[in-house]
Amino acid sequence: MNVHHHSYDAVIVGAGGAGLRAAIEVAGKCRVAVLTKLYPTRSHTGAAQGGMCAALANVEEDSWEWHAFDTVKGADYLGDQPAIEIMCREAIDAVVELEHFGLPFNRTPEGKIDQRRFGGHTRNHGEAAVRRACYSADRTGHMILQTLFQQCVKRDVTFFNEFQVLDMVFADDPGTPAGRRVAGVIAYEMATGDLHVFTTKAALFASGGFGRMFKISSNAVSLTGDGPGLLYRRGIPMQDMEFFQFHPTGIYKLGILLSEAARGEGGILRNVDGERFMERYAPTVKDLAPRDMVSRSIMTEIREGRGAGADKDMVYLDLTHLPPEQIDEKLPDITDFVRTYLGIEPKKDPIPIQPTAHYAMGGIPTNVDGQVVIDADNTVLPGLYAAGECACVSVHGANRLGTNSLLDIVVFGRRGGRDMARFVIDADQPELAPEPEAEVLARIEKMKAGAGDANTADLRTRLQAEMTANAMVFRTEESLAHATEVIDELTEEYEQVSIDDKGQVFNYDLTEALELGYLIELAKVTVASARARTESRGAHFRDDHPLREDEHWMKHTLATRKDDGGVHLGYKPVIGGNYEPMERKY
Amino acid sequence: MQVELKIKRYNPETDTKPHWQTYTVDMEPTDKVLDAIHEVKYHQDGTLALRRSCVHGVCGSDAMVINGVNRLACTQLIQDVGDKITVEPIRGLPVIKDLVVDMEPFFAQYRSVLPYLVTTDEPGYRERTQSSEERDRFDDTTKCILCAACTTSCPVFWGNSGYVGPAAIVNAHRFIFDSRDEAGAERLDVLNDRTGVWRCRTAFNCTDACPRDIKVTQAIEEVKREILYSRI
Repeated sequence: MNVHHHSYDAVIVGAGGAGLRAAIEVAGKCRVAVLTKLYPTRSHTGAAQGGMCAALANVEEDSWEWHAFDTVKGADYLGDQPAIEIMCREAIDAVVELEHFGLPFNRTPEGKIDQRRFGGHTRNHGEAAVRRACYSADRTGHMILQTLFQQCVKRDVTFFNEFQVLDMVFADDPGTPAGRRVAGVIAYEMATGDLHVFTTKAALFASGGFGRMFKISSNAVSLTGDGPGLLYRRGIPMQDMEFFQFHPTGIYKLGILLSEAARGEGGILRNVDGERFMERYAPTVKDLAPRDMVSRSIMTEIREGRGAGADKDMVYLDLTHLPPEQIDEKLPDITDFVRTYLGIEPKKDPIPIQPTAHYAMGGIPTNVDGQVVIDADNTVLPGLYAAGECACVSVHGANRLGTNSLLDIVVFGRRGGRDMARFVIDADQPELAPEPEAEVLARIEKMKAGAGDANTADLRTRLQAEMTANAMVFRTEESLAHATEVIDELTEEYEQVSIDDKGQVFNYDLTEALELGYLIELAKVTVASARARTESRGAHFRDDHPLREDEHWMKHTLATRKDDGGVHLGYKPVIGGNYEPMERKY
Repeated sequence: MQVELKIKRYNPETDTKPHWQTYTVDMEPTDKVLDAIHEVKYHQDGTLALRRSCVHGVCGSDAMVINGVNRLACTQLIQDVGDKITVEPIRGLPVIKDLVVDMEPFFAQYRSVLPYLVTTDEPGYRERTQSSEERDRFDDTTKCILCAACTTSCPVFWGNSGYVGPAAIVNAHRFIFDSRDEAGAERLDVLNDRTGVWRCRTAFNCTDACPRDIKVTQAIEEVKREILYSRI
């Protein structure tokens, strides 16, 4: 295996919305390389559908403070309020900037950016749903990804496509609070099987989520948590990992996302009796309640016997009362998915849906400038940045509002990029220890030499089935203890994985096996964090502890890896602000 | 149901030329072709290489030739293609391994058409206005996911890899007809070149191949007309 060496001021890992927006910010200011294990336009930002919220007030009265309140409340008060304020204030600029970059938003009759309703976004602190989501049909994420990629092409950004980052290298930095600094990144080149050592002053992780630890998932198969996983193994804590969002409307059994925009445009959820059950759970905003509540409501209907279908384990998303031309104009893609995969016509028939694993609120802890912070005192690790789903700022707290992820990637991609560009001006080029790629090399050699009888796909299937059965919408000590046991078994069996492909060129057999290692590791952190949190808040619901308990649990979880592979749990305070915690009703 | 899946295999480390290999897999009629390929990869031969990511037709990774035509493997249901399925890499780009081709020539053509908004005005603190009618003018071509299904279905491209190809023209169209853009003339110059739109013989393969239902041939014709009108 050949090893190549590169030297940059800054490296960005991942080329979805956050990575590309960071690249735009850094381009021209220093030598930057963007590494992606896919091609940039394959990133999962492109699968986002419904919109990006900003209080433009183009169609009705709105303010960024209302947006901030909704986000704080949606987060079940676990979000850090100063960060939320920054996001909601800068949202307006961020949307306008995307328009200036060329993004083809839908327009109002006056030619301004059109806006529509979305779950949890309200007028004047909860009075009624507000039209705040800026959108481009039901392919807003696609347009954001394409537009940001176009701007990177314009700026001649250097991409290393199909380079999978497998390790992070630090250098000792004695006398500083963190004691170490970023020194390099190790990447595996898919096309050749070669290793590349990138010496760099700074690295920004924008590598996306890890929703593939669940069986029913809206996530791309590439979303295996490589970035958080490899940093966790290098001693970076993972914050709030127990908070994983289950989107209410995944296509039954497939998990493919059907945007909340379907309900924003007037779609209604119905149980087997045809009842609009959300009226009982959220009398004011009904079907446009936040995702955690809607998913729980659906699962409650199913648990109480009002699910539909042969197994009574799904409910319906009903669009049949919407004007056909509204469906064609505003929801073309998702209705096409339904036709393709279910063979039904959503204009005539209600759509079978079930909650689907969608988004990690937790991840790599950062401050509002994208700098990774490594302890309860928020100590910055110089040169290390994260943005987007892999990061935890925390703006989404215990439950993210719809559209706020697209907002997050643009706002914090930009802020992280800006701070990184500033940081590298004064930083000197770090010294790498000899053979920094040794650990990765050993991991690859071991995987190729493996002669055990475990199969990557089978272990992954078991992990996903277990997480969906026992760590999804409803959790108990018992279910999580079971998940812990299974994950421990899988951790052991993972050592026995052997792969068919021993070659160098496009060896996905190898990379999928390595990715499974991250998924198992992060599932373990998720379950350990969830087991410890004996309360219910946002997306984390415990049947055995059904109430939110602010006195004990108004704090962020910080999970760190012990030397023996165990999970050590610590905590840090939530940063408050204008809004005092209150009961969450919609 | 039993499905006979015939895949064109090539491993540059062991093979001198591509060869067909047939697998039998047990699938549901409503499974995707991609699921059948995965079944082979996960339980019969882990060396099989293909690109895929989102697995529902929006990322553009898994364009391949399925029963002779260009399709995304993740949007084709087995019940719609039958129980005998042949799969081969998209044509006209160098095959690297199995179903993985070298995408770089494709993206180089994309980059050649200035695929980004060019403006000289100072837009200020608010969005530029654009009417819904102006936006509709280029809506269809904004849907492109750069999967290369169109370009690699084009007989002209097979014969002449210098041809800029349908996908690049689609992405040029997206900006040429955007009321906010100011670089239409430059793009038309690029596409008026001998490797540009005039190579198109309106075979309509591209339109048939597009998984996003973009009217690709129509977009190419609109660009041709724009070149002619702009010369008058």
